[in-house]
Amino acid sequence: MATATAKTVQIKIKRQDAPAGNPHWEEYELPWRAGMNVISSLMEIAATGQTKDGHETSAITYDANCLEEVCGSCAMVINGKVRMACSALIDKLDQPITVEPLKKFPVVRDLRVDRSVLFENLKRVKAWVPLDGTYDLGEGPRQSMTLQEELYPISRCISCCSCMEACPQFNDDTNFVGAATIAQVKLFNSHPTGESLKRERLDALMGDGGIHECGYAQNCVEVCPKEIQLTKAISEVSRDVMVQAVGDLFRK
Amino acid sequence: MAAKPKIIIVGGGLAGLAATIKTAEAGADVDLFSIVPVKRSHSVCAQGGINAAKNLKGEGDSTAKHLDDTVYGGDFLANQPPVKAMCDAAPGIIDLLDRMGVPFNRTSEGLLDFRRFGGTLFHRTAFAGATTGQQLLYALDEQVRRFESENRVKKYEGWEFLSAVLDEKNVCRGICAMDLRTMEVRTFVADAVIMCTGGIGAIFGKSTNSVVCTGSSQGSLYLQGVKYANGEFIQVHPTSIPGEDKLRLMSESARGEGGRVWVPKKAGDARDPKSIPVNERWYFLEEWYPKYGNLVPRDVATRAIFKVVYEHGLGIDGQPMVYLDLTHIDPKILDKKLEGILEIYEKFVGDDPRTTPMKIFPGMHYTMGGMWVDFDQQTTVPGIFAAGECEYQYHGANRLGANSLVSCIFGGFIAGPNAVKYAKGLQGDSNAERSQEMERRRQEGINAKLMSSNGTENPFRLWRELGELMTKNATVIRYNKALDETDGILGDMIERYKNINLSDKSNWANSSFAFTRQLENMLHLSRVIVQGARQRDESRGSHYKPDFPTRNDADFLKTTKASYDAATNAPKFEWEAVDTSLVPPRERKYDAAT
Repeated sequence: MATATAKTVQIKIKRQDAPAGNPHWEEYELPWRAGMNVISSLMEIAATGQTKDGHETSAITYDANCLEEVCGSCAMVINGKVRMACSALIDKLDQPITVEPLKKFPVVRDLRVDRSVLFENLKRVKAWVPLDGTYDLGEGPRQSMTLQEELYPISRCISCCSCMEACPQFNDDTNFVGAATIAQVKLFNSHPTGESLKRERLDALMGDGGIHECGYAQNCVEVCPKEIQLTKAISEVSRDVMVQAVGDLFRK
Repeated sequence: MAAKPKIIIVGGGLAGLAATIKTAEAGADVDLFSIVPVKRSHSVCAQGGINAAKNLKGEGDSTAKHLDDTVYGGDFLANQPPVKAMCDAAPGIIDLLDRMGVPFNRTSEGLLDFRRFGGTLFHRTAFAGATTGQQLLYALDEQVRRFESENRVKKYEGWEFLSAVLDEKNVCRGICAMDLRTMEVRTFVADAVIMCTGGIGAIFGKSTNSVVCTGSSQGSLYLQGVKYANGEFIQVHPTSIPGEDKLRLMSESARGEGGRVWVPKKAGDARDPKSIPVNERWYFLEEWYPKYGNLVPRDVATRAIFKVVYEHGLGIDGQPMVYLDLTHIDPKILDKKLEGILEIYEKFVGDDPRTTPMKIFPGMHYTMGGMWVDFDQQTTVPGIFAAGECEYQYHGANRLGANSLVSCIFGGFIAGPNAVKYAKGLQGDSNAERSQEMERRRQEGINAKLMSSNGTENPFRLWRELGELMTKNATVIRYNKALDETDGILGDMIERYKNINLSDKSNWANSSFAFTRQLENMLHLSRVIVQGARQRDESRGSHYKPDFPTRNDADFLKTTKASYDAATNAPKFEWEAVDTSLVPPRERKYDAAT
């Protein structure tokens, strides 16, 4: 039904001044434009500096960089679901739109959270190819198209931590490393040179918070913006961990 | 000088990580500063690939031909010896990246596959799907993470560079930076600093660049005396997807894999593009440039699209847009080679480019200009080096597609060891504490003034004005009258900045405060771009003036060098001869055989 009033966007954002601050909701009403997404709405709020009821407000603090869903910065909980804010198109969301920071990670301010735990996990599993040096040693190992087609999708993981946010096992009780890290173990264990650290990587997934904490809820694979086959990676790495653990038992 | 030099690297994109690796390998300690976690740097956005004349397709490609394509593509404005060094090093860089585990696409023999890109007739571009930059950045990030776990590199992620610490003789002794959580301002001592701070897209408001690409660090260093070269050369990418928050890149690889650009021959033709018969479509790039077709260099393609839209009035539905069509290509091949970019279009526009021609338009993409550096990657201030998009060295007046990734890595590889060498020969600062203290106080003073400002100018709105102004008058088509007016407005904006309104006075993770600081540097850098363009009365590469439509080597085969003049609060200019010792300049024409 046509109305005389201009089309608007209703959006509610959960704000918090500091890590120990009290979370509170703030509401905004923005003029609608074609092609808007959650990030352009946050930009608009910064430029208008006003809440829905006309109070002056500060710009919202949030993480964002590439706005093309490839840097992994802008994961947020939007209408109750974890997703990337840059690809969250306003016209495809029910209003009022709610935007909250990730719940499994410490809030820094407003929508900005601290996800450094993932980068620490990547150190723990040695997620790299052990290069001797960057001097000229000629070409790398030949690899089949099939191997490249298997590994490239895993290598597109953007470290957004959506899989960890959605995982019921990722919490302080389990210390679970989460799906993203396990997929990287699969990636490097499958690489012709990276394979040489396979044993150490699997060892790292055995102790506290290791791969056995996965409860196969399959939430990770549902929320992954890059549609990485996380559960497949987990079951394959899990099998490798098991084989190694059993082997270790006999070696003792 | 200590036995083990300390090198600070600012920026953790491809150039910064490449410099970090070489610096650590050369035996120095590295402190690596980045606004974002380095894995989230803008290099991830590079899509199509990385150039190297590996000649794996039996075409007779060579590094000499790569050099020729690059300097010709750049309209002869680049000094040629460093370009030659880069092209010669490129095949080795690809091999190294391959050893690091980059999942490059393969041939049936298991060798690297190569695709064609703009400005060359050879298959010279190695690629990892359509997210090559992401894959390269990750490979370097993983190696740096390894160094970090061995305590050879210390990362400062979430810190923003504010300025260089200079001693009484104007020699760099470290940096001043701000913690973006606590807003604490600190100085860090170093024997040399390598700046790898990337592009300046935010100066143009919306661009294909990431949010952090403001050019603020370059602007800050320019204000401290670092000279800025060829600022007027701004690359506008012919194919971007217009958006509310940014312009998303549609990679040149779409054309490299056979994508065709066209418009309906009839103005305002409202039919579904697929129902328009081929003889009623105008493939204008193929008609105007039969040899290179859709793969002419970016500046040429961008001007052609502007011409078709604004002079012929043939934009789709009367809008500034043309079709980029992939629908004639087997979807299986598209998925294999272009999936990443097709996904971007699908997600952000909602149409499937496998079955519907994409709607695209040129968008600001890259700065060829940047901080002036010598062949060792050192700027005009001793101890400050630069690599990657923030310096000017490799691309002349126009960058060829897939040359940026190689220039970032090569520049970083050159800068790292040269910074270490410089550091080893450096005399100590006799008044070290004073240099650090003075710079910290100066920066804290700027912060205190900003925090107490009670003006009326909203920084985000001022930024929008800046972006619209710069995009309108300082990108594809330039007129002296409009440039003069723009410079006047920029001067006013620098004055208006003094009356800024900072609504958020908090001392914790205050992102609008950080942005407001960046804005001042952006305004000053904008004047360098605009005045540089004003003074160059010719057309060369990306710089096009209808009133001076041809290249003028007699007067302008010169590098523009801008330096900040404190007395006038504006740039002053000098010009430097270009080293064309390897490839004699010739007319640049893509519509006939070269």
